[in-house]
Amino acid sequence: MSVTVYVPRDAAALALGADATATAVEAEAKRRGEDVHVVRNGSRGMVWLEPLVEVQTPAGRVAYGPVAPEDVPGLFDAGFLTGGDHGLGHGPTDQMAWLKGQERLTFARVGITDPLALDDYLAHAGYRGLKQALELTPAEIVAQVTESGLRGRGGAAFPTGIKWDTVLKAEAPQKYIACNADEGDSGTFSDRMIMEGDPFALIEGMTIAGRAVGATFGYIYVRSEYPHAIRALRSAIDTAREAGWLGNDIRGSGTSFDIDVRVGAGAYICGEETSMLDSLEGKRGMIRPKPPLPAIEGLFGMPTAVNNVVSLASVPIILDRGAKYYADYGVGRSRGTLPIQLAGNLKTPGLVEKAFGVTLRELIEDYGGGTASGRPPRAVQIGGPLGAYFDESHFDLPLDYEELSENLGIVGHGGIVVFDDTVDMAEQARFAMEFCGIESCGKCTPCRVGSTRGTELIEKIMHGEDKSTNHQQLLGLLDVMENASLCALGGMAHLPVMSALRLFPEDFGLEASHVE
Amino acid sequence: MWNEIRGLREGVDYGTPPRQGQPVTLTVDGVEVTVPEGSSVMLAAVEAGRAVPKLCATDMLESFGSCRVCLVEVEGRRGFPASCTLMVAPGMEVRTQSERLTQLRKGVMELYLSDFPEAEIADGWSEFHRTLDDIGIKTHGYGTGRVHFDLPVDDSNPYFLFDPAKCIVCSRCVRACEEVQGTFALTIQGRGFDSKVAASQDDPFMQSECVSCGACIQACPSHALVEKSLFSGGYERA
Repeated sequence: MSVTVYVPRDAAALALGADATATAVEAEAKRRGEDVHVVRNGSRGMVWLEPLVEVQTPAGRVAYGPVAPEDVPGLFDAGFLTGGDHGLGHGPTDQMAWLKGQERLTFARVGITDPLALDDYLAHAGYRGLKQALELTPAEIVAQVTESGLRGRGGAAFPTGIKWDTVLKAEAPQKYIACNADEGDSGTFSDRMIMEGDPFALIEGMTIAGRAVGATFGYIYVRSEYPHAIRALRSAIDTAREAGWLGNDIRGSGTSFDIDVRVGAGAYICGEETSMLDSLEGKRGMIRPKPPLPAIEGLFGMPTAVNNVVSLASVPIILDRGAKYYADYGVGRSRGTLPIQLAGNLKTPGLVEKAFGVTLRELIEDYGGGTASGRPPRAVQIGGPLGAYFDESHFDLPLDYEELSENLGIVGHGGIVVFDDTVDMAEQARFAMEFCGIESCGKCTPCRVGSTRGTELIEKIMHGEDKSTNHQQLLGLLDVMENASLCALGGMAHLPVMSALRLFPEDFGLEASHVE
Repeated sequence: MWNEIRGLREGVDYGTPPRQGQPVTLTVDGVEVTVPEGSSVMLAAVEAGRAVPKLCATDMLESFGSCRVCLVEVEGRRGFPASCTLMVAPGMEVRTQSERLTQLRKGVMELYLSDFPEAEIADGWSEFHRTLDDIGIKTHGYGTGRVHFDLPVDDSNPYFLFDPAKCIVCSRCVRACEEVQGTFALTIQGRGFDSKVAASQDDPFMQSECVSCGACIQACPSHALVEKSLFSGGYERA
């Protein structure tokens, strides 16, 4: 009887040698005359264990990792094909503490199925959401999404249902779904993991979105730095189309929807929705003023629902299990779950999907396992390069849009980057400004000139040049950038800088009293 | 004649092009004003005699929203929207002047000044200089830093020259080339602080697709693009 062995095809696993491991497993099986079928799955999100090899046994899947090619003969010797004990073994995968405590709704299939196999997708609750949606009117679908409490997971946290309602009510000869897959925040990878590990979920979510708002075409705007995701999406879109899940008259429902993948050209700013629309139209990615909202006047001037990958991939389960099922997770106005991406100086980083309300301490200490360096953690940046820093006094904060906002931070796209006590927070603040300068589209003056001046001012402060004057000038600049910038790039650059100044004035050589 | 056709007063820059539509009544600094639906708050402010300072806006071009000096406050709304890209709405209450707005406008102008040749500030008479006067700021507190003063003057065209040192990257020339003339010879090259006006593939104007129509010269608010006839003898940087 053939034994199924899973070796991930996820880019993080590939970077850690998963291809060589897969080849070694196949070669060793052949050498030993064992009937082994290797499936290239998505990643379970336990990045420190990649390449994580799983064996399907009658008692369930058993995990081994990280498996290097040279470990493979030893695994065969230990009888890993029947779940035998080995130094790299972790026992049954779904019993591993790191996975067991998670609430995987959006990531339910990631790491479990063959991402490119439609039958595997269908066997794991795939397309059940769309089947439900095809029975509902567009307004009923929108109502479900609104009731679920789903908010934009790209970072802006705008209620998805309200956005869809605006597009649904807009009258136009053509409407679009534009999926923002330009995941550029430092320390984030949840969009990539969905696209590589469960592309049909995104396709299904977009199709439901299309039916909900009356759009017949969708674009996925993927950053060029994600070649594996691009290939996976294109393959899955072709498969879905051949099987009648995309195209005209989907499964005889009368609903038509199709998708094309567009590749970005390396600009962080094209992750901002209006800039992304410009880029999709073949133009230089520049910020458009709002209004008009993209929901009214978006791609090619038509009403467009612009949604993040995780938002759209969360829609199928909402339609399948009902709005209430999803909304029962979470706290306050932050409903459902968030795929949190743990990165930076952590022992056991990776993807943790939890209901909103999980504390930073649980994430950093329990899931993250503390710092990889073993030194005390000093700062945590949440929500990407323009997110605020927090110190240990904030570790009991629950992850919740409103709670973080009250504490002068953002959830953003759910990326958490941890730094130990060797971090120089003045340098981090300087880098935030420099990043803003490098990635500024150059349209509005507060961001175009301000980001460069901000970098220079922080450098002057770091060098001890007219500290007090330059500090005052910096505060004035941050105020102008926050309140006068055209978009969130310039408008949020104050968050990392101000939080670093407020929490770690000593790194700038400033007295705490100066920065109150 | 052009202004007559468009129903605009001669010699007044409304900031954004006029629109046709149902009348909408709003107040600007307490002054009631009625303008066609689809008009910008900036245009309504001009009609109300409460003109807002501006740099990237001019009524021969569609609004762009890049200079951020035309910010206003709107009753019941957070933040400081740019009046050029903000559409009028019935009953809207707009404030064009407040301490906070002045503070932000000065902050934005300081950034322009930090990349504008100091010697060119005192005697200038361009729209940029008038805006500095309106907002009441002539100096900046940024000290030394990166500037665009070392970029060479492009005097390849017999009729006009381009001095990048005086360019404020408002894109009015680029947009005039597209919207007024339909030539598409100009573009913005690079991003962030490196953004600069370029002709064709960063060619000298004379070798580019420029047809010497002059629309960009007319549009430039800071005399970075300027007719050579204004200078007897040669052009010298201050």
